[in-house]
Amino acid sequence: MAAHAHSSAAQPAILNEVNPTPFPRATLVENNRSFGWVTDKICGIIEGKTPTWWWVCFILACCVASFTVAGITYLVATGVGVWGHANPVNWAWDIVNFVFWIGIGHAGTLISAILCLLRQKWRTSINRAAEAMTIFAVVCAGIFPVFHVGRVWFAWYLFPIPNSNQIWQNYRSPLEWDVFAVSTYGTVSVLFWYVGLIPDLAVLRDRFFKAGNKVRSFLYGTFAMGWRGSNRHWSNYEMAYLILAGISTPLVLSVHTIVSFDFAVSLLPGWHTTIFPPYFVAGAIFSGFGMVLTLMLPLRAIYGLQDLITQYHIDCMCKIVLATGTIVGYAYGMEFFIAWYGANPNEGFAFINRAFGHYAWAYWVMISCNVITPQFFWFKKVRENTALVWILSIFVNVGMWFERFVIIVTSLARDFLPSSWGYYSPSIVEIFTFFGTFGVFSVLFLLFIRFLPVMPMAEIKAVMPQADVHGGHDKAHH
Amino acid sequence: MSAKPYGLIATFDNTPDVYHAAEKVRDAGYKNWDCITPFPIHGLDRAMGVKRSKVPPFSLAGGLLGFTTGMLLIFWTSAVDYRLIVGGKPYFSPLYAFPVSYELTILFTAFATIGGMFFLNGLPMHYHPVLKSDKILSGMDDKFHIVIESSDPKFNLANTKALLEQAGGKDIEELEA
Repeated sequence: MAAHAHSSAAQPAILNEVNPTPFPRATLVENNRSFGWVTDKICGIIEGKTPTWWWVCFILACCVASFTVAGITYLVATGVGVWGHANPVNWAWDIVNFVFWIGIGHAGTLISAILCLLRQKWRTSINRAAEAMTIFAVVCAGIFPVFHVGRVWFAWYLFPIPNSNQIWQNYRSPLEWDVFAVSTYGTVSVLFWYVGLIPDLAVLRDRFFKAGNKVRSFLYGTFAMGWRGSNRHWSNYEMAYLILAGISTPLVLSVHTIVSFDFAVSLLPGWHTTIFPPYFVAGAIFSGFGMVLTLMLPLRAIYGLQDLITQYHIDCMCKIVLATGTIVGYAYGMEFFIAWYGANPNEGFAFINRAFGHYAWAYWVMISCNVITPQFFWFKKVRENTALVWILSIFVNVGMWFERFVIIVTSLARDFLPSSWGYYSPSIVEIFTFFGTFGVFSVLFLLFIRFLPVMPMAEIKAVMPQADVHGGHDKAHH
Repeated sequence: MSAKPYGLIATFDNTPDVYHAAEKVRDAGYKNWDCITPFPIHGLDRAMGVKRSKVPPFSLAGGLLGFTTGMLLIFWTSAVDYRLIVGGKPYFSPLYAFPVSYELTILFTAFATIGGMFFLNGLPMHYHPVLKSDKILSGMDDKFHIVIESSDPKFNLANTKALLEQAGGKDIEELEA
């Protein structure tokens, strides 16, 4: 048949001789669902009545978010001194929280861009929500450095806009690189997300039109840009999507590399290391996948999306957490090794101090959460226990927050001059501000699941067996 | 319908049908026609005879512009407009200007790629005969359609309809212009 002739022509001849065992492809949509089922299922989430739990969560999230508003209002009204920063620890929770949130965002880009280039089809059912997570995490991340500048109304001085001092930015500073990296990252993430949304917004436009809801049809239609599913459009769309994936990959790697430069380019023991860029990127993906699991597992349970986010998807995500968590663990070990092997007494002291100094408690929380937790994912039994996976994903989030805390605060609190050593504790204002960002994030995420399709319908349909023009059901011989 | 229709639209139930029908329409020599599908069908471009997308040149132009912008911005601000010695280093070096230029390369590429995609697709276009048809609802959901426009030189209401029928198209309708 046509399919076989087509595929064998593309195969190397050796395959016919060695006759490899057919490797079954995992089913991405279970129970042999139809295209129509996918549309109804995902649009149904938006079209249905707003569930009570949504209102409860939304109001709760708004209350939590108000802590950030209160914390920031107080800071702006008073001054940045309301945070617990003091010599020598002038970077603390704000930068910890910034790196924490920006790192979480990275899993979204990894799923949408890197897994797209690697043709990992399982990404399709989680990429929309993960990209939303990225954008909202960048929003939360941005709050901290912007308000840490002190007089936030001068934050635009960070950008090359002519100002009354007639002076320009110092482009030698990694902090200035960060401005460009993070703002590019935020912008490109929004663009990538939006491009992915266009075909699905068109679906909603037509469904709301049919249902007689002209207002929502108009709103979705405006953003759908008049998309009509033309294959000539799809051709350009697919190319654009591929290029966006291609440029988002170096982007996501560069963003966390530049974030790590904020530390690595300085001369402080514990920061001044070349391992930082890969170590930060691995940690970012680790924490991001932790957050994807934290968000997707409840979503899957609440909306009954088990056919779309299958056990195979959870397995894949757990394995990425395991792999990146192990890389992070290796990096912790390597830092210690280099501190000893480098024979620099200050460097050696910084690491001994991390593990056994005043902040040892934070260090061991970090090690337990980041090195030990992911090792449970070696076991199939653990990966199949959704509740346990969810709990472990929380530990990953906690551990990665502590990683940034350990790196930033322990190095600063014990700098070169013992006379200036100090111990940093956060003020209540910092605690409020950070706590509130979880509310900000949740508010945005709840709005997203209420008003936008949580999964890319077009992409899911494209990886279903029925989408294959050669009759997908007999794919075993491919 | 008295006015000249925009074209004919035929429905297909599954991807193999629309794929093979597209091959037939292509082989019949039509130029102004299209497939309406709820998702990109792998291989349909070839079946339709659609050439490789022209988005990449836009992306390249955007990338080059972004990199140049970054380098020139930093060169002009640090070595021309307000010279300031920082750390005893030269006023300008492409090395320290690289990270920002790199990010601007990506930023401009993204805008150019998306802008190019919209430009090539002629979007936004909120009004189109296909969008007026009732079939768009299923066309966005689980059905596949082929539209042959009356502007095609080979278009002939009876013959084109016969071709679509013979290709397996169901429920063939005229699209109001």
